[in-house]
Amino acid sequence: MRSARLTALLGGQGDWMLSDPAWEQVLGQARRSNLAARLARTVGRRQVVVPERIGLHLAAADKVQRRAAQAMRVEAMRLVGLLHQAGIPVVLLKGAAYLMADLPPAQGRLFGDIDLLVARADLARAESALLGGGWIASDLGRYNQRYYREWMHEIPPLVHVSRGSIVDLHHTIAPPTSVFRVDGAALLGASRSVAAAPGCAVLQPTDMVLHSAVHLFTDGEFEQGLRDMLDLHDLLHHFGHSEPAFWPALLDRAAQLGVQRPLYHALHHVERLFGPVLPDPLRRRANELRPPTLPRLLMAWLLAVALRPPHPSCRQPGDGLARWLLYVRSHWLRMPVYLLLPHLLRKAWMRRFPDRASKQQAAGPVA
Amino acid sequence: MTLAALPPSALASRLCGDGLVLRTGPFVFRLRSPLPVVAQGVAAMYADHAELPAATLADFDVQIAGAGGLRRWVRRQSRFVFDGRAVFDPLPAAHGYALLEWAMNWCISSHAHQFLIVHAAVIERGGLAAILPAPPGSGKSTLCAGLVNAGWRLLSDELTLIDMRDGRVWPLCRPVSLKNESIEVIRHFAPEARFSRITLDTAKGRVAHMRPSAEHLARVDEPARARWIIYPRYAAGQAITMRPRARAAALVDLARNAFNFALQGEAGFDRLCQLVQDCDCADFEYSRLDEAVQMFDRLVSA
Repeated sequence: MRSARLTALLGGQGDWMLSDPAWEQVLGQARRSNLAARLARTVGRRQVVVPERIGLHLAAADKVQRRAAQAMRVEAMRLVGLLHQAGIPVVLLKGAAYLMADLPPAQGRLFGDIDLLVARADLARAESALLGGGWIASDLGRYNQRYYREWMHEIPPLVHVSRGSIVDLHHTIAPPTSVFRVDGAALLGASRSVAAAPGCAVLQPTDMVLHSAVHLFTDGEFEQGLRDMLDLHDLLHHFGHSEPAFWPALLDRAAQLGVQRPLYHALHHVERLFGPVLPDPLRRRANELRPPTLPRLLMAWLLAVALRPPHPSCRQPGDGLARWLLYVRSHWLRMPVYLLLPHLLRKAWMRRFPDRASKQQAAGPVA
Repeated sequence: MTLAALPPSALASRLCGDGLVLRTGPFVFRLRSPLPVVAQGVAAMYADHAELPAATLADFDVQIAGAGGLRRWVRRQSRFVFDGRAVFDPLPAAHGYALLEWAMNWCISSHAHQFLIVHAAVIERGGLAAILPAPPGSGKSTLCAGLVNAGWRLLSDELTLIDMRDGRVWPLCRPVSLKNESIEVIRHFAPEARFSRITLDTAKGRVAHMRPSAEHLARVDEPARARWIIYPRYAAGQAITMRPRARAAALVDLARNAFNFALQGEAGFDRLCQLVQDCDCADFEYSRLDEAVQMFDRLVSA
């Protein structure tokens, strides 16, 4: 199957000699995937000549991204400052980490929620420290609050009262009820401080890659699938060159944390979309991560669908089924059946009778 | 070839197929919709616009889709889909054309950051532009529609496009949206103006659009220099007044009413400072359109 035009261009494998209708399509795919600013950077770096109209859109997207990065930097420093004052060690994850550590994926990337990792024992204190800075728990209702706090690897999103920025406070990188029980303390223990941003810490290189892979692999929505693949691609290339013995360490760490499968899929799709990254001597070892044939082929199909830009020009028959299967699968991975079934029934009930659900919550005692 | 020369069946098949491509101001839109109400509105309001070849590079691909499932038959809906993503909440199918106009505005104000975009009507005479920012319900669109039927050129009734490079104001020249009593006021004031069918029961009440004149459309590549910033307010039965407003107050207000001021950063602030410096700023109260037109004529001769 041919990958989307945008994917080929961003991965450095496309032909930039495009007709006007093709440019219009690429722009649409990039906007829909939140990758227009990324496209702008790629075009700039490669000094591609683009139609004037496309140039204006790329410059505009670049403006939006630079403003978003600036806002993210300010928010991250505020959050880190608040937690330091409270004496709580904190590690920045994902977008915030790439930006503050000045890593390649931050180039032209848009930022959503700010993801932070603290020790499980520090969660409550961290939440109240953030409350002091104006980040309050969003009103999700009592059931959803309990769902997050009991079963998830993060507490419900905290929203800033005036600026609207959203913080996801994590104690590890995958739900404790899921098949991937990653020890948050092991991640915190191995984190690194960022020289350029005083007080900021990020995961060590192997863990950063593994987090990105686990996130991609367990997600149910894939709205940012292609962006996540580019993150992985950039990280692998960067650390592969800058960190001594990065690749063997990555394979070792995956085994140690029990996340071999997500790593296998991540590597497979990065190479499928953007070309080889693995050093040849390690290819045999990496192949040992391979899941059995049937689930492997199924996942290859599902992820191939999910990682295409969600643009009409990329739609193919069977996409709906694939996306639904991925959604179901993400829940399956998240919890065992005896927890999952009551949860899904409860959610269905709440969707069907939103008024009754909220009244019930209002009347109930506060958990 | 203009849309007026296109038979309705050809227009409908363009809208149902690869899209009808047309240019409004600096932007090229590809419009697609299976809804007859959209085809009817586009035919009436864009009659003097040229149809561009389907392979033209469009800035925005705007689709006003129907809804699936039961909604295909019962309480039919129209949805704005952009790059394959549903953007607003669905509206009744009968609101399809009004939704198209709002969708086109949204495309511009959320993407065209080569401009500082202010939520304001803007008109031109003798190369000089008057910007009319005002909250909804203040009579901004009514005044704009009146003035463009009385010697002023329509640049835009909603979005003032200020070029970030040099501060010039660019025309959009799209249909003017009128609400409720304004529709009858303008029909009476300018009997020769052409209107779309009225859309009933929208969130803003009754809405109709007024077709831009062919003469204004022909000058769509002529930008203007901002000369006045005038805050209009319709006040029934009040005497007409034009009072100067402090430039600093105008600046703050324009910044608040701009869609992308924060995004432009320091350059946006400098651009606005220059703009208010070049303009006379005033608060304007009126109750009768003919008196308002006379007052604006005096601005030019002064």
